[in-house]
Amino acid sequence: MAQTVTRKGPEPIRKKPKQLPFPLNIYQSAIGRKWVMAVSGIVLLGFVVTHMIGNLHLYEGPLEIHEYAETLRNLGTDIIPRTWLLWGVRLLLIAAFAIHIHSAYTLKEMGRKANTRANFADGNKKYAASQDFIAANYASRTMRWTGPIILLYLFFHLADLTWGWFSKDWHLGDPYNNVVVSMGNIGVAAIYIIANIALAVHIFHGTWSLFQSLGINSPKINKMRRHIAAGLAGLILVGNLSFPIAVTVGLIDQDNCEAPCGLTAVEAEEAKE
Amino acid sequence: MENTMTLTLKVWRQKGPLENGRFETYEIDQISPDMSFLEMFDVLNENLINNGEEPVEIASDCREGICGTCGCMINGKAHGPEKATATCQLHMRKFKDGDTIIVEPWQATSFPIIKDLVVDRSPLDRIIESGGFITVPTGSAPDANLIPVPKDAADSAFDAAACIGCGACVAACPNSAAQLFTSAKVQHLNLLPQGQAERWSRTEEMVEKMEEYFGSCTNHGECHEACPKEIPLDFIAYTNRDYVKSKRKNRNLLGQG
Amino acid sequence: MIGELNSRIPEGPIEEKWSSHKFDMKLVNPANKRKFEVIVVGTGLAGASAAATLGELGYKVKAFTYHDSPRRAHSIAAQGGINGAKNYQNDGDSVYRLFYDTVKGGDYRSREANVHRLAEVSLNIIDQCVGQGVPFAREYGGLLDNRSFGGAQVSRTFYARGQTGQQLLLGAYSALMRQVGSGSVELHTRTEMLDLIVHDGAARGIVVRDLITGDVRSHTAHAVVLATGGYGNVYYLSTNAMMCNVTAGWRAHRRGALFANPCYTQIHPTCIPASDEFQSKLTLMSESLRNDGRIWVPSGHDEARSVSDIPEDQRYYYLEEKYPSFGNLVPRDVASRNAKTVVDQGLGVGPLKNGVYLDFADAIQRDGEDAIRERYGNLFQMYERITGEDPYKTPMRIYPATHYTMGGLWVDYELMSNVPGLFVVGEANFSDHGANRLGASALMQGLADGYFVLPYTIGNYLAPLLGESPLDESDPACSNVVQGVAERTQKWLSVNGTRTVDWFHRELGKLVWNFIGMERDKNGLEKALSEIPSLREEFEKDVRVLGSADNLNTSLEKVGRVADFFELAELKARDALERAESCGGHFRSESQTPEGEALRDDDNFSHVAAWEWGGTSGSAIRHKEELEFEYVPLTQRSYK
Repeated sequence: MAQTVTRKGPEPIRKKPKQLPFPLNIYQSAIGRKWVMAVSGIVLLGFVVTHMIGNLHLYEGPLEIHEYAETLRNLGTDIIPRTWLLWGVRLLLIAAFAIHIHSAYTLKEMGRKANTRANFADGNKKYAASQDFIAANYASRTMRWTGPIILLYLFFHLADLTWGWFSKDWHLGDPYNNVVVSMGNIGVAAIYIIANIALAVHIFHGTWSLFQSLGINSPKINKMRRHIAAGLAGLILVGNLSFPIAVTVGLIDQDNCEAPCGLTAVEAEEAKE
Repeated sequence: MENTMTLTLKVWRQKGPLENGRFETYEIDQISPDMSFLEMFDVLNENLINNGEEPVEIASDCREGICGTCGCMINGKAHGPEKATATCQLHMRKFKDGDTIIVEPWQATSFPIIKDLVVDRSPLDRIIESGGFITVPTGSAPDANLIPVPKDAADSAFDAAACIGCGACVAACPNSAAQLFTSAKVQHLNLLPQGQAERWSRTEEMVEKMEEYFGSCTNHGECHEACPKEIPLDFIAYTNRDYVKSKRKNRNLLGQG
Repeated sequence: MIGELNSRIPEGPIEEKWSSHKFDMKLVNPANKRKFEVIVVGTGLAGASAAATLGELGYKVKAFTYHDSPRRAHSIAAQGGINGAKNYQNDGDSVYRLFYDTVKGGDYRSREANVHRLAEVSLNIIDQCVGQGVPFAREYGGLLDNRSFGGAQVSRTFYARGQTGQQLLLGAYSALMRQVGSGSVELHTRTEMLDLIVHDGAARGIVVRDLITGDVRSHTAHAVVLATGGYGNVYYLSTNAMMCNVTAGWRAHRRGALFANPCYTQIHPTCIPASDEFQSKLTLMSESLRNDGRIWVPSGHDEARSVSDIPEDQRYYYLEEKYPSFGNLVPRDVASRNAKTVVDQGLGVGPLKNGVYLDFADAIQRDGEDAIRERYGNLFQMYERITGEDPYKTPMRIYPATHYTMGGLWVDYELMSNVPGLFVVGEANFSDHGANRLGASALMQGLADGYFVLPYTIGNYLAPLLGESPLDESDPACSNVVQGVAERTQKWLSVNGTRTVDWFHRELGKLVWNFIGMERDKNGLEKALSEIPSLREEFEKDVRVLGSADNLNTSLEKVGRVADFFELAELKARDALERAESCGGHFRSESQTPEGEALRDDDNFSHVAAWEWGGTSGSAIRHKEELEFEYVPLTQRSYK
């Protein structure tokens, strides 16, 4: 039997959406969405770097890290009520996270739809011969795994150190203590180490990629893109891994606590006097 | 003849777009290392016809790496193992005696298989149709030397224009994106002074047509590696920038900038 | 019977013929253009540019290609460049000089009026292509660069690296796709024209086969334009693409169109020799290599030493010895013929002894490897990719190969064949190159016809047809032809012989190459005339085509094309036999100067031979169109 073949060529797999008003229409296209992904990535990257640098206060001692935390809460108190600005930043970060994840998911879906194998029997692999990736590196191919790992880790991290779900020794407002209590457990330290490796891998491809997505491209920058990506990923990796390692080897330890365990820093100040 | 090779070919056979396909295994001998990959298929097809079997449909035309008709996945690589080389320019000396070679058609939802190793790449034409031109009706062009084009811009435009439209970038892409093809075509014209008047509308139209058919680029860079003309990834970055700009430009109806 | 051939060359001085003729031609009112339908077959340079321009003008155009996209046509493979008499280099070029060079280069076998028009519109072509965004090479000041090409004494060749054809075709393709997008051109890809519909003495449409579904149907229009390229693949091995064929032109010939000068073929001297029996095509390398490479063969038979061990005094630099003033830069036909001579003497090099050396050792020593890489890097890379040999270390091996066919369907000054309504443009017609084509002129002619000549002249034919509608597709004049094509297609499937199409094509190619190749003589041509028909009979009885006619079937496509090549080959041999002179690419060994150069016989052969189909292969009738040379004095070439 003869096959009926349409001579008009393949139908589009995606309808061009009805254009929303500017700038929302940017998000309607894949390229625009990648642009949004890159911008939200930059916001998140800024957060990760700042968070890591801020955490270095741990090495100064419990009081200093406490004061740093207080400073964050007090940001902008000259003008607006306490913690409002911090909440503002948190909301911005939540929004960036949400949009970063949404764009990643929908772009991946679009790729999946464009990628169906025609009438192949076995599995959903694109080619039967194992496709020999040449350029796509480990980082770029694992974005969709490192991404969810980071998301899960984020919840764990919040639950562990911000909400104190896992330990009765957790105390509101005593980050030093909470870190020591949490990461003192070798298993938890391992989670932190694995998650931060995933984070660094994610940042490596993400940083390189954002130059591409935003179209920041000139012969001068191009040579540096990999170095910038590797440098940033390396910096975050070293910085963030140092905390669980420092706790595990005892560099950050309850012994360094000048205040008795369980007291807030303020109470400790008072106790001293 | 001395030095000939014996090979095992696993070739995708599929009767039509809607039929189920399967791999067929063929043994072939007396293959000279100086033969091209497609000439090896010519030999296979002659053997098949002599044995009363239908030959394998495999597309090719110029066989000198410029028309872009040929192309298949050879051992999981678009256009095979040699870099910057289209299937027709690949020679058998790149393989070893006794090798098994797996040959598959390009795969993408918008590249349906017509038969065996031949796919329909017409969505690429749809992208060009949507804006891959400079509107200059015959006879209306000014003198060729009226607008000087900086040599660097002309060279860069040529690097983009070298694309042969074979579709390897789509085939190699884990997302079946046609971003390298589209970007090369967009930037060839966007980089030249002649192409400025339609720059923003062209970028918008072509990108959006591309997205009707193909997946989204995730910056792996596989397309560049597969490309027989080694089109640089830079053009993708330029197009990304031009596209987001075009959304603003087109709203303001400004042709400039 | 065809009467006197009327080339319809306008009166007046040569510089004014085209402009006055443009004024004299009838025009079609812009509002009426959409009432005319035009079929364009082929989407290479000539076809794409014609279809795009006709679409822009407002005609309803249907464009056909057997490729999957118009961009694949073999125009894309042209490397060198395109001539334009712009005189940007201030070196004394002019329209008249390009005209003069082209007539002389064609060895005085082309029409002066056509060639002058070609030289005139060469200016507009460059403007048009630059406007479309063709990235021609530029100087640092941003202006266009030119080079001297193929021995021209002025720099008038515009180029885009070694891919000029590609860039020009992409320009024409983009113009065509703009019209396809706007709806003025209806594009039919993977659709092959298999016959011409002639009714009441005029071309009314074509019959095509859809290469995917196998559907055979007709398309009718007010005029049919063939832009279907050359017939170089009659040699089996040529630099043409695998699918290039003569079928569209040949079918039109069988319906009454005259086929002119089929014996004129250009053989390009610098191609990579075949490596074995299964070689499918030959690859051309730019002629510019001869600027620095020295051509030689070992002077002793059965040379077994490696190249570096052959001492200087045992190397035969045959071109430098025979032609001291031009040396390795003699014209294409001279270089090609001499290569054949030494290889026939058994002095050939390479495993099959089928090539000559093109040696860069001296140039590398003189200018350094970097300078040579700068000039020819991409060509050396291509050579290495194909042969696996490094030309920086061992000399290249080269041999001539069929490259371009100057002959084609006969057309008048308006590019219309003797069948009214059938226009032929580009390589498919015979018009502008005479017996030999100059380098960088093929692209020029294709675009000249498509952009600047046909769109004017077709109006002159269409204007009086206002009010007539195209033939109804259900008319018996159409359905009979459709039925004939369908039956012919089915017939090939039912032969069920023992040999493949390619086998017959290879055997035919050998005959054509050996007897109607670079050097022809009476005996060989008579032999060809007896062997080609018997091989054809065997082919018709013994070819094996498998599969069915209702889906993609490449062998089935090929068998019809090879069948037409058989008939063409016979006509080619007859034409070569009748033309008992040497001119340009046609060299009859009986007609040469004492130095072995081509000797024209202007008294007897200063004409175009236009052949009329005689009902069966081999019974064609020869007509003559006399050529007159008012402006370019006839001289004999000499390269000593």
